[in-house]
Amino acid sequence: MPDSIFREFRAGLLAVAPLLVGVIPFGMIYGALALSQGLSPAAALAMSTILFAGSAQFLFCQLVGVGAPALVTVTEVGLLNLRHALYSAALAPRIAHLPRRWKVALAYLLTDEAYATIARREASGDDHGPNRHGFYLGAGLGLWGSWQLSTAAGVMLGARLPAEWPLDFALPLTFIAIVVPLIRNRTMLAVAVVSGIVAVLAVGLPFKLGLILAALAGMAAGWWSAGSGR
Amino acid sequence: MNVWWLMVLCGVLTFAIRLSFIAAEGKVTFPPGFRRLLAFVPVAALTALVIPELLMPQGTWWLAWENARLVAGLAAIVIAAVTRSVLWTLIGGFAVLMVCA
Repeated sequence: MPDSIFREFRAGLLAVAPLLVGVIPFGMIYGALALSQGLSPAAALAMSTILFAGSAQFLFCQLVGVGAPALVTVTEVGLLNLRHALYSAALAPRIAHLPRRWKVALAYLLTDEAYATIARREASGDDHGPNRHGFYLGAGLGLWGSWQLSTAAGVMLGARLPAEWPLDFALPLTFIAIVVPLIRNRTMLAVAVVSGIVAVLAVGLPFKLGLILAALAGMAAGWWSAGSGR
Repeated sequence: MNVWWLMVLCGVLTFAIRLSFIAAEGKVTFPPGFRRLLAFVPVAALTALVIPELLMPQGTWWLAWENARLVAGLAAIVIAAVTRSVLWTLIGGFAVLMVCA
């Protein structure tokens, strides 16, 4: 008998729990950063609901803080979040049969961490149940709730968070935990190496444009490596 | 531009990106190379975010064992490759950072 949707939901919540070690400190540091860059507490909290994308929220605050033009901010947030299109493509066939409200909810909840949790379950060969969308919802809502609460904690504590706590290191650590298992072949290694090198070389570009340049260079390297390997 | 409008614009754009393929499934066909290129995006974007944080935590090059973030990041990469566990990567990375800092 297949797992009920509630069991799937609970399994999703449990599967996402390890990631909260990274999500909660990052949410707190985001809340504190947003205030330090001149955003109001209301705006800082609302952004966690409206954008619900940790690294993009960080970028947004930094760009607003240095007075970047609106067009630059929107373009960079869009390009940074373009990776979510892949997550959307990966999830699409699995939820194609669901009603529209499910698709909208799961799309809204689609983050790096949610995708990583879903991809991990698929890799384990245990992603076939008819109620598996319950798992996706559980993973997404678990992350969403923790993100809102930790953001609120960061906004309340604000400058009182001890500066010597390396909470911001949660972001690189979380992304390392997500990326390293994705590097399974020479092509993905080429993507990572080129992207990393360009990111370091282009770090001086204004408005963090080096980030975008690095991501595009990494994709080009992957394209070239995949093509030359055949 | 008002920061609230800017935020809503970024939010709508992000949601549209997340919904894109979910909404288009079965309705639109993409060129064959498109998904292949898309597969590189997470590694390319996330690596570009991570590497400068490790090699230049203060904004300039710091290639030394005294750079605790570099050491902790390298340890996390090794832990992630060996265990493939998110939890151990995070705990191990933070632990090394605390010890070295």
